[in-house]
Amino acid sequence: MNLETLSLLRFEWVIIGIIFVLLVMKLADADAKVKPMLTAINVILLANFLLGLVPMSDGSLFNNFFRSTSLIVLQKNILNLGVLLISLTAYRYLSNIKNQIEYYILMLTSLLGMFVMISSGHVLMLYLGLEMSTIPVAALVNYNRKQRNSSEAGLKLIFSSAFSTGVLLFGISMLYGAVGSLDFTTIACNLEVNALTLMAFAFILGGFAFKMSVVPFHLWTADVYEGAPVSITSFLSVISKGSVIFVFMSALYSLFGHMEEAWLYIVSILAIITMTVGNLFTLRQQNIKRLLAFSSITQVGFVLVGIAGASAMANSSVIYFVLIYVLSNVAAFGVIGAISDTNGNETLSAYKGLYKSNPYLALILSLSLFSLAGVPPTAGFFGKLFLLTSGMGNALYVVLAFASINLVISLYNYLRVVKTMFMDEAEIELGKVETNFPLNIALIVCATGLIIIGFIPAIYNYISSLSYGI
Amino acid sequence: MNILTVLLFIPLVTVLSILFVRNDRAIKWMAFGGSSVQLLFSIWLTGHYMSLRSAGETAPMLFQSSVAWFEPLNIYFRTGIDGISLSMILLTALVVVAGVLVSWKIEKQVKEFFFLILLLSTGAYGFFITTDLFALFFFLELAVIPKYLLIGVWGSGKKDYSAMKLALMLMFGSALVFLGITALYFLGGHTWNILEIANLHLPIEVQRVAYVLLFTGFGVFTAMFPFHTWAPDGHSSAPTAASMFLAGISMKLGGYGALRVASWLLPDAAHELSWIFIILASIAIIYGAFATLMQTDLKYMNAYSSVSHCGFVVLGISMLTKAAILGAIMQMVSHGVMTALFFAAIGMIYDRAHTRQAKELGGMLKQTPFIGTAFIIAGLCSLGLPGFSGFVSEMTIFIGSWERIGAGYRIATVLAAASIVVTAVYILRAIGFAIWGTITNKEYLGLKDASWNERLAVVMLVAGIVLIGFAPFLLTRLVGADVDIIFASLVK
Repeated sequence: MNLETLSLLRFEWVIIGIIFVLLVMKLADADAKVKPMLTAINVILLANFLLGLVPMSDGSLFNNFFRSTSLIVLQKNILNLGVLLISLTAYRYLSNIKNQIEYYILMLTSLLGMFVMISSGHVLMLYLGLEMSTIPVAALVNYNRKQRNSSEAGLKLIFSSAFSTGVLLFGISMLYGAVGSLDFTTIACNLEVNALTLMAFAFILGGFAFKMSVVPFHLWTADVYEGAPVSITSFLSVISKGSVIFVFMSALYSLFGHMEEAWLYIVSILAIITMTVGNLFTLRQQNIKRLLAFSSITQVGFVLVGIAGASAMANSSVIYFVLIYVLSNVAAFGVIGAISDTNGNETLSAYKGLYKSNPYLALILSLSLFSLAGVPPTAGFFGKLFLLTSGMGNALYVVLAFASINLVISLYNYLRVVKTMFMDEAEIELGKVETNFPLNIALIVCATGLIIIGFIPAIYNYISSLSYGI
Repeated sequence: MNILTVLLFIPLVTVLSILFVRNDRAIKWMAFGGSSVQLLFSIWLTGHYMSLRSAGETAPMLFQSSVAWFEPLNIYFRTGIDGISLSMILLTALVVVAGVLVSWKIEKQVKEFFFLILLLSTGAYGFFITTDLFALFFFLELAVIPKYLLIGVWGSGKKDYSAMKLALMLMFGSALVFLGITALYFLGGHTWNILEIANLHLPIEVQRVAYVLLFTGFGVFTAMFPFHTWAPDGHSSAPTAASMFLAGISMKLGGYGALRVASWLLPDAAHELSWIFIILASIAIIYGAFATLMQTDLKYMNAYSSVSHCGFVVLGISMLTKAAILGAIMQMVSHGVMTALFFAAIGMIYDRAHTRQAKELGGMLKQTPFIGTAFIIAGLCSLGLPGFSGFVSEMTIFIGSWERIGAGYRIATVLAAASIVVTAVYILRAIGFAIWGTITNKEYLGLKDASWNERLAVVMLVAGIVLIGFAPFLLTRLVGADVDIIFASLVK
């Protein structure tokens, strides 16, 4: 253990530290005051995020099982930011329930798993991280234990993720059979395109596709999103999805870089059906969480277009998009959580006339929806266009044609919510929704980010300087 | 700082400062002040531009500047204007001031209304001053959501439907434009700079694809047949100022894009494929004119006639002769001012009589002589009476179109010219029903004529129409040299 190890594993140490302290508190049955404890956790998470902004050297540990580069640190730090913001938005929900300590233990364990997954230099490590990130979330989804749909959601998530893990492991075993090693660099050098490796790729892709809720592996998404507490839905749609997108992209670019011709078609087709199906299902949703669940499927479809770009530009635009997506979705779910905490209503009709009763919340929500729809001047415009631009760079004309149509349909889906908020008359008087200080901070950070990110070129330039293609 | 960024700076500062003011009256005055300063600045800029040109500046664009935006993607915020963009900027500034003045009586959510109107105008200014395709696209799409909200919140009639239709169709148009510009970027020289692309001699295969995508995409914005259906619903549901903006400026974004981006950058494809758009434009002109005949609602009438009139713009651009292009630019300016005046007059009548049905009105000239006169002037300009701007611009387009040799082109020209007769029918009929005659409805006896702000708006717009009508050389001198530049690349 030296200083370098410490610096390479800095995020992991902080998270493990928090988990450890919380565990001890729980075991000692310490009677901590809720609000100071939540504040302390948020402050540490903030420190963790700021720590990630300090540049440190690259390196690898444990025989290349664990590696860290500036790009990996950046990806982890995007997740850090997301978790911090979600934790802030969950403040009110957590103040009103009993088991805050477990909530954080589970959520941070999941985050730790994602860090391991992103940093992995070996397929086993990747698998370990993926599992570690999924299983705690299943417990979190089931956090409202008294509610039936929450239990249903937990069960659905655990079953489908167990299944997808099985598929993934099967693929990994074939990969091992074909190459004889599970080390990333060895695989990347020795991979030949043949029936076995193609099969291995297909199964591994299936495993990842489940976690990213790519159509046709998306069936769990809506029910799980609907049943989970809002902050966990937010965590699932932003953090879980984002981390798997990062890992999937690096697996495609470095592990399967030689097989580009093979996977390009598969990923393109998946992109087309994911965008389209996600959009079509969003059309008629009446529950706002389900609506965002399906729309997040569409967003993954757009990400796949970017990934299929297979260039350094594609790499940077996907990471840039995920950063923006984190801010948009956290803001949207933050508002939904605040309203759901007030009246327990999550249907779209509860948002009628929201602009009259709560202009501030309505503006934040519409800003995040505009960003998701990709209209200027929000950051989502740049994020989405760069994804499509990188698709164009790889001459994926058919995919681009579908993407353009889907841009229009998704605009309809988001405008439907905007219309409800701005143009419809309220049926039930909602009253003033109370927002507390942590939620306000999170929402303002998200909103500011959504407005200014596109006009601070340094962010994209930095990501671009770290990116790599095939 | 580049002098052109002032054009963005003034409306942006106005928009942001409006956010911090609570008093509705103060907001209106600020919006009026901001847009008037912008108008004065545009006029000064025009003078400055002309003096530079007469001093012998021959660069295709003046006041060029470039600021890095997304450098790894070669995206820069580049600015530069020529006479064509200047005429559009003048048009925008004029219509925005008039729009603000006409909206003086608005009471519902005043802050949001003026915020959106000025945000819209910011998008238009940005669109006209930039010479970078990505930035141009950014500004093109910037306008979609404000339009949606303006129609949906402040509109009338079936506003939800119209607003959504408009937003989706314009989004579709921008998606096509986006495909076109990214195709140009990757298949061209990896640059978004319009001035650089104009000098690349792209292979014809690339040009064909990009031309069709770009022209169609911009065509949606200019309500080209068969993508015109957003226009009648959108225009008629929108509040007065938004209709003025939509028809007066927004549709010109499409025309300007079709000329500057689609035709100028892709001259070979334009020669080969412009017949497609000539056919579509002819259909739009004829169909728009006949559809207008059937309208009884004044706003629908003007909206359909806008489809017809913007067909002239597309026709002029696609004919690819110097006079036709010049005419198309003149028609954009002329139609912009004229239709703004028309919508303003209709809005004023509607505010007072609470109906827009031509047959329910009548005798407006007796009770509200000022508004009635404004309506008649707009109508006469629309049907192309000499002395007004409509005549000179349409005449130039016909002359230019006739220069293009070929039976098909001649037929299109004749059809387009014949539509003027139909225009005369519906305009005179509308004037006859709504403005002339005796007052049929007793309730109209108490109506008040235009207030000071409405008078000011009307006077400004009428001045624009008459100025171009009597002194078209002012406009041709401003844009003539640049038409030469664009035309030079089109004939080679």
